[in-house]
Amino acid sequence: MEIRTQADRPIEVHKFYGGAIFGAAALALLLQTFLPRMLPGADLLDLPLLVTLYFGLSRRNPSTGLLLGMVIGLLQDSLSHVPIGQFGIAKTLVGFAASSIGSRIDLEHPLSRFILAFVFFYFQLTVLVVTRRLLLAQPEPFFTLNLLLAALVNAILAVGLFALLDRLRKS
Amino acid sequence: MVAIPSRHRSLVLLATVVLAQVLLLAMQIKRGDQVRLIRVWAVSVITPAQRAVSWSISKVQSGWRNYIGLRGSAQENASLREELNRLKLRNTELESRAAEADRLAALLGFRGSHPDVPMVVARVIGAAAAGASKTIYINRGEADGLRRNMGVITPEGVVGKVIDVYSDTAQVQLLTDKESGMGALLASSRTQSPVGGIGEPMLMMKYITNDEKVPIGERVMTSGLDRIFPKDLPVGTVASTKPGNPFQEIRIRPAARLDQLEEVIVLLSRQELEPQKPAGDAIPRSAAKPASAPR
Repeated sequence: MEIRTQADRPIEVHKFYGGAIFGAAALALLLQTFLPRMLPGADLLDLPLLVTLYFGLSRRNPSTGLLLGMVIGLLQDSLSHVPIGQFGIAKTLVGFAASSIGSRIDLEHPLSRFILAFVFFYFQLTVLVVTRRLLLAQPEPFFTLNLLLAALVNAILAVGLFALLDRLRKS
Repeated sequence: MVAIPSRHRSLVLLATVVLAQVLLLAMQIKRGDQVRLIRVWAVSVITPAQRAVSWSISKVQSGWRNYIGLRGSAQENASLREELNRLKLRNTELESRAAEADRLAALLGFRGSHPDVPMVVARVIGAAAAGASKTIYINRGEADGLRRNMGVITPEGVVGKVIDVYSDTAQVQLLTDKESGMGALLASSRTQSPVGGIGEPMLMMKYITNDEKVPIGERVMTSGLDRIFPKDLPVGTVASTKPGNPFQEIRIRPAARLDQLEEVIVLLSRQELEPQKPAGDAIPRSAAKPASAPR
């Protein structure tokens, strides 16, 4: 399916096999809860973020992007010992933003995927920190070396994961 | 219903979803005092409005009470003033009656303590027309047994004597009248001397030699020699003494309040007034000669 931007550049909106989005999201949440117990350092990963980002960028529909982000975020909250809504708000905004900019940048190049994943990791972090500071009165840092490392790890992982998820697209 | 442009729908949806989740968070989060954040927010939002509404209502009520509600207050104020004046008058009247009752009780008490002495209680009904003449009129006269030169007293002391008697009134010459005079003596030394009026509030004791020592405050009593008053009725107290030629000038402050007389006792005889006895020893009323209350 193609839509046209203001510059009349054809924009490709990807479609996925039935249940692919649901399955990918569920698997990401499952791994997110399972991996940190098995692999040291796996707590740096944020697979739900990467799944939200990928499908938001691919679907390019802000409404579905934010709803997908909301569902994944709320489920992540539910599986964590945090007030429900923290990750929900963050991933809602990530889904919306990713869907909104998906039509403006090249998403197929690994470098752009790496940069996008890195930027959106910090975007989500910013939303989380602001939420915690304003609502929970918890002074969370915006930047630490550990967070930078997490952003880099997730960005590297995004390149491989996105390539894997590309296989779920309908041709 | 207002239609939302398609390009804004996702923004509206975003705002709705984020707001819903913020509220969801607020319902779960408890602040330090264990109050849920949603409650803190609700109170923070509602309280200023409540305060504003309360302030407005109080101002309106105050305005109503202080301005509009006072429309009838002038009339009410006048009515209350009228009521106040009426009550003041009533109060004065009651005070006057209470004072009168006290005076009458004193008179009756005095009369009760001398049951064997014939006397009548009379009300002062007028004073002399001329200022220089210190006389009063009483509401008892010949019909009540009054005669000229009868002594007039109060429980406090001597007042004067009856100088004119009419059918139902009499004129009494006060001690302070220039023409008045009576037999008296100093209570402690028993020195006798006439006391008379000089037209002033004070009386003058005459014929006490300069070598006689008269202390200030010395009591002066009737001597009984004038054949008007019985012995030992209080006349007054020595207020001042001054050597004179040939006698001292001794001023006496009258025992009776001659300027505030309202009721007096007229002694119908010169029978001695005995000192007051305890109630059990009092002479029975039936033995006394008739005496009547003021009319």
